[in-house]
Amino acid sequence: MALLDLDPKVVATARKLAARAAEPVVSIAKAHTTVAVERATLRLAGITGADSTHRAGDVPWVNRVIDTVREQCGLEHGVVLPAFHALKEHDLGTLTELAEATAAGQIQFRIPEKKDLTAAKKAATSAVAKGLKTVDRNRAQRDKLVQKLGDPAQRPWIYLIVATGDIDEDVVQAQNAARAGADIIAVIRSTGQSLLDYVPEGATHHGFAGTYATQENFRIMRAALDDVSKEVGRYVRLTNYASGLCMPEIAVLAGLQRLDMMLNDSMYGILFRDINPIRTFVDQRFSRQVHARAGIIINTGEDNYLTTADAVDAAHTVTVSQLLNEHFAHEAGLPDHLLGLGHAFEINPKVPDSFRLELAHALLARELFPDAPLKWMPPTKHMTGDVFNGYLLDGFFNLAGVLTGQSILLVGMMTEAVVTPFLSDRDLALQNVRYVLNAAGSLAEDFRPAPDGLIVKRAHQVLGEAVDLLERIVDDGLLNAIADGTFGLMKRPADKGKGADGVIEKASAYFNPASEMLEAQA
Amino acid sequence: MSSRYVRPYGDTTGDGMIQTSFTLPIPYGPKADGAAQQLANKMGMDPAMVVHSNPIGDDFTFFVVYGSVKHIVDLDEVKVVEREYPLLSPSEVNTTLKKVLRRKLVVVGGCIGTDAHTVGIDAILNIKGFAGEKGLEYYRELKVVNLGAQVSVPELVRSARAEKADAVLISQVVTQRDAHILNTQEMSAAFREAMGDKRPLLVAGGPRFDPLMAAELGVDRVFSRGTTPGEVASYLVHAMQEKKGVAA
Repeated sequence: MALLDLDPKVVATARKLAARAAEPVVSIAKAHTTVAVERATLRLAGITGADSTHRAGDVPWVNRVIDTVREQCGLEHGVVLPAFHALKEHDLGTLTELAEATAAGQIQFRIPEKKDLTAAKKAATSAVAKGLKTVDRNRAQRDKLVQKLGDPAQRPWIYLIVATGDIDEDVVQAQNAARAGADIIAVIRSTGQSLLDYVPEGATHHGFAGTYATQENFRIMRAALDDVSKEVGRYVRLTNYASGLCMPEIAVLAGLQRLDMMLNDSMYGILFRDINPIRTFVDQRFSRQVHARAGIIINTGEDNYLTTADAVDAAHTVTVSQLLNEHFAHEAGLPDHLLGLGHAFEINPKVPDSFRLELAHALLARELFPDAPLKWMPPTKHMTGDVFNGYLLDGFFNLAGVLTGQSILLVGMMTEAVVTPFLSDRDLALQNVRYVLNAAGSLAEDFRPAPDGLIVKRAHQVLGEAVDLLERIVDDGLLNAIADGTFGLMKRPADKGKGADGVIEKASAYFNPASEMLEAQA
Repeated sequence: MSSRYVRPYGDTTGDGMIQTSFTLPIPYGPKADGAAQQLANKMGMDPAMVVHSNPIGDDFTFFVVYGSVKHIVDLDEVKVVEREYPLLSPSEVNTTLKKVLRRKLVVVGGCIGTDAHTVGIDAILNIKGFAGEKGLEYYRELKVVNLGAQVSVPELVRSARAEKADAVLISQVVTQRDAHILNTQEMSAAFREAMGDKRPLLVAGGPRFDPLMAAELGVDRVFSRGTTPGEVASYLVHAMQEKKGVAA
């Protein structure tokens, strides 16, 4: 390690600046709640199911309750106080019964006082604690299975995507992929799910370019991977996406169903989905606290910046985002070993020395975050449809991953940007990975970039540019920097974007037992 | 002189040689190779050589096949949209627009529907550009408003009206269940309904569009894979000249 001879003082400065840039945003996140955080809390407290009689199609019960509470007494005190008070007042057994009564118009929600307040707090706390206990049990179960079956024999772990739209087909593809060598299966979500302000219910069979993230789909896939884990003799991990308008709820569902990794970026939703910045930061903080509790590895989305900006010119924005993601994650209680910070192989192959530049960037990430399970993502922008060239490019991507000690390798498809991968595309892609990992072996041991060579110089330059940019962000304010299009060239003002109306400033008497218990763990 | 009839070229004129690969849902073995051979023959490859096969799991086999196809291409029957306008440099675009319009040409663009893939529209609009050509933002006489991803049709129409757009560019990458076609038709219908003849020039782009589909989609022009910003800018100039010519 330490091939780049980075100046520890510069690295420390970079971290300090990231912390200062993040500070005002963390304060905002602490001072607000959102409809999604409140829904996540009720899900932890045990609410399930959906209202199937609604004319707009299935509406999750949790949405019915939250919307009604908000209408009748606001959410600034949190949902649990009015909800658990109503539960007692109407002598109902479960939150789902409360939801049914709410839909029937039988409930008038209000903020309880005095003895009622104490009783509601107590009931809510014990219900949420039960949910967190399930999350804890799942974490222990994962540890047990990993111990029994083992982790993948090699690093990087091999990460493969399935995306048929039908959970039953996904199971077939995922199990086959695991048999062919995949260590991690990610089920890509249906296009547009990130902009739904509710989580669909049940097993689903009709997604667009992906499969809906639902609690039942999570359960089905985890069970299928448990089966195939036994067969292949290693614990195969499952990934989904805690992003979009339901980030906190999906984080809770992932914890309840023992998912192992979740895509969770501090700014992706803002930049690429035009979700309101405040909504995103509030949701992100809660969701990361839940992930920390569940022992879930987060995957951040720096690869996305390079799909819109140039991978050489904007290399330092990746570093800046990694540092911000790291800070936000630490602040939410996630330790280094759960930080799958992202980066990608996206330099135009026509640029001279493009491979050396890739190595410089990849090595910089490796040395800045030595204990983080870095996620290394394959070329997409320069995959042209020439599948033969694409296959070669993916081979170089794999080689860079081995040489620079990446932790998680997302398998590149030569048919990227052409079609959703064929069975044979996936098989060929895995052959490519296996060949490179096997042929290169421990080549990293012999890889020593020249101290004053291009790779070392380039890494220093990118880190320097990252520090400069962080200084500007600290001066300007992170929210202003986002508004000005600093990341991924997208301009996102703090008062605009989807889901802004779901942000609520907390009252001084705000109460949320989930937040309190999660806050205490950090 | 090029001939009207052509066959694929392997290493000798007229040999008809092509290469293809596919997977059949049958276990690996001699029977699988035979099946691949039969498929290749039915595809018009004769002789066909199954040069490689390997199992994918227990139930599938992957094949690489080389062979000569008997089909002949008749170039006179090939129908494509040929570019009917000259390619202009950015400065030519600017001078022409200045002369024709005497104001900036307003372009509003975005990805409509649930499509979040802005790579196409950004390649055309962002100053960064594509294939060594700068994007439309670079052109002095163009005012570009990029609405980004997941723009709803009503939002697009509203913006186009507010900006007094001369041209609206939409990009579609996701093609599942013909989403790109349905979205584009919805968009063009909305413009027709809202603005009638006064509607801006409508341009659709995406890797899976066929340039021959303009009429079916209700748009003025369709750009497919590999289109550069310069081609789009040149088209916009051409279309503006036509429009002015008709009006004058």
